[in-house]
Amino acid sequence: MKITALTRAYRRRAPGEPRAIGYLYIAPALAVYAVFLLYPFGQSVWLSFVHWDGLSVATPAGLDNYRALFADPALRAPFRHALLLLVFYSALPVAIGLLLAAVMSRVRVRGMTFFRTVLFLPQVLALIVVGVAWRSILAPDGLLNDALRAVGLGGLARPWLGDYTWALPAVGVVGTWVGTGLCMVLFLAGAQRIPRELYEAARMDGAGPLREFLAVTLPGLRPQIAVALTLTIVAGLRNFDLIYITTSGGPGNATSVPAYEVYHRAFETNQVGSAAAVGVALTALIFVLTVTVSRLVEGRRA
Amino acid sequence: MTTRLERNVTYGILAVFTVIALTPVIGVLSTAFGSQSSLDTGFSLPSGGLHWNNFTDAWSRGHFGTYLGNSVLVTAVVVAATTVLAVLAAYAFGVMRFPGSTVLFYLFVIGLTLPQEALVVPLYFDLRHAELTDTSWALILPQTAQSLAFGVFWMRTYFRGSARAVIEAARLDGANTWTTLWRVLVPMGRPAISTMVVITFMWTWNEFLMALVMVSDEAHRTVPLGLAFFQGQHSSDAVLLAAASVLIALPVVVVYVALQRRFIEGMLGGAVKE
Repeated sequence: MKITALTRAYRRRAPGEPRAIGYLYIAPALAVYAVFLLYPFGQSVWLSFVHWDGLSVATPAGLDNYRALFADPALRAPFRHALLLLVFYSALPVAIGLLLAAVMSRVRVRGMTFFRTVLFLPQVLALIVVGVAWRSILAPDGLLNDALRAVGLGGLARPWLGDYTWALPAVGVVGTWVGTGLCMVLFLAGAQRIPRELYEAARMDGAGPLREFLAVTLPGLRPQIAVALTLTIVAGLRNFDLIYITTSGGPGNATSVPAYEVYHRAFETNQVGSAAAVGVALTALIFVLTVTVSRLVEGRRA
Repeated sequence: MTTRLERNVTYGILAVFTVIALTPVIGVLSTAFGSQSSLDTGFSLPSGGLHWNNFTDAWSRGHFGTYLGNSVLVTAVVVAATTVLAVLAAYAFGVMRFPGSTVLFYLFVIGLTLPQEALVVPLYFDLRHAELTDTSWALILPQTAQSLAFGVFWMRTYFRGSARAVIEAARLDGANTWTTLWRVLVPMGRPAISTMVVITFMWTWNEFLMALVMVSDEAHRTVPLGLAFFQGQHSSDAVLLAAASVLIALPVVVVYVALQRRFIEGMLGGAVKE
């Protein structure tokens, strides 16, 4: 009797000890985090409601800066580009990763550590370095055009990053290169965890490869798909380095994205309030998309 | 029970994607060892032996010696500070209970998806006001704050999963919370801590936007910023540009090859919410 009362008391205390000393342990981290992350974000929100050139006195702007996001074509374009780039940064890597995982889930691969290390490599390179490497590939006399000429498709060769139509997809392909390995590694790891019996059962029922993929692999990979979408969407929308080093938003504003527009407006054209509004809107977009992903794909009622 | 065909297709696909993943990397490497007289702005193959002097040229002419020094300093301080602060905070979040702990923890988790672009503008004006721009502090302080979001989240998961019996036993032996943490839980948590360390190291080393905004004088440039300026000045000099790229990427790649499990686990784990 006494023992059960004790264990019950213990259980009620779990998962943690009630201790005020916890605040002391948190204080240093919270101080740095509040001053250099939470507070600046609050300031961003405040700045987004003013007109300010960074020098003179700021004047109230009401919702002007946000209205401009919808009304001003120069501000609508970056957001349109960002959503289009998500096809390359997020949708394509996930699709390619799934396709490969589906094909490869039937075979136990030898040397997986090697393949995993290589496929994941683009994720650890500084995006500045990735940008420099891909500039060489996409340059007028770069690897891609050389390859096109070598196979007799020289007519297709063009200065990819300087072309109004092709610059955005070209930058997108770089993002696909960065993201695909991550998705493959995630899905391969996930596919190994799907019980073999499910595949055997599906085959006994006479399921072909497509049916097997839809009935077994895809549902089994749901959590991994949610993680892959979240990671690639966040990375894709935050992407500043790649745009800065490859095109600086050009030609014209053909590859300008919100992340670049924040920098451009705040530090090059002195529209600080507008820059802050773009930053806050970008944050909102990231939150909406990640919550949508976790609800739709993961089926979580958060 | 897999057929020969399936095997071949699988390895074929893996080979194709390995080539795609490695082409830009090998292109940069081969260009970095090439001859500087080449006028090609694309990749080139080394002719007449490997030109190791490209690296010394990038080092001295591109001032990458100075930039590497700055990057090492900033990265070392950010990693050390993040590790200590995150372990302390995550310990409290993981094993203690106090009013407001859930809300405070979610404040840290928000930082995982908050884009830098929403912080960098006010940070610049604040730090300039405090006369800290063009110092290493302007990079160290914001980057420590941003790394803490991941560090606290990651380490809390470890502390949550650590055996309650171990903590109880330490307490029965007379250890207070401080000794329990440093004598028992931290030594046991070395794998989790090393994951946090390598991820923070990589993020800080590769960071570009913060450096671009905060640093205008050459003496405080970090390597990614140095490479961006180097490209602006020597955009036709593909060989030196490639050599500089190799110098920048090498430290992270070396650590990655040695500890790839930790990298992958950390980068994929950051998005796995409870």
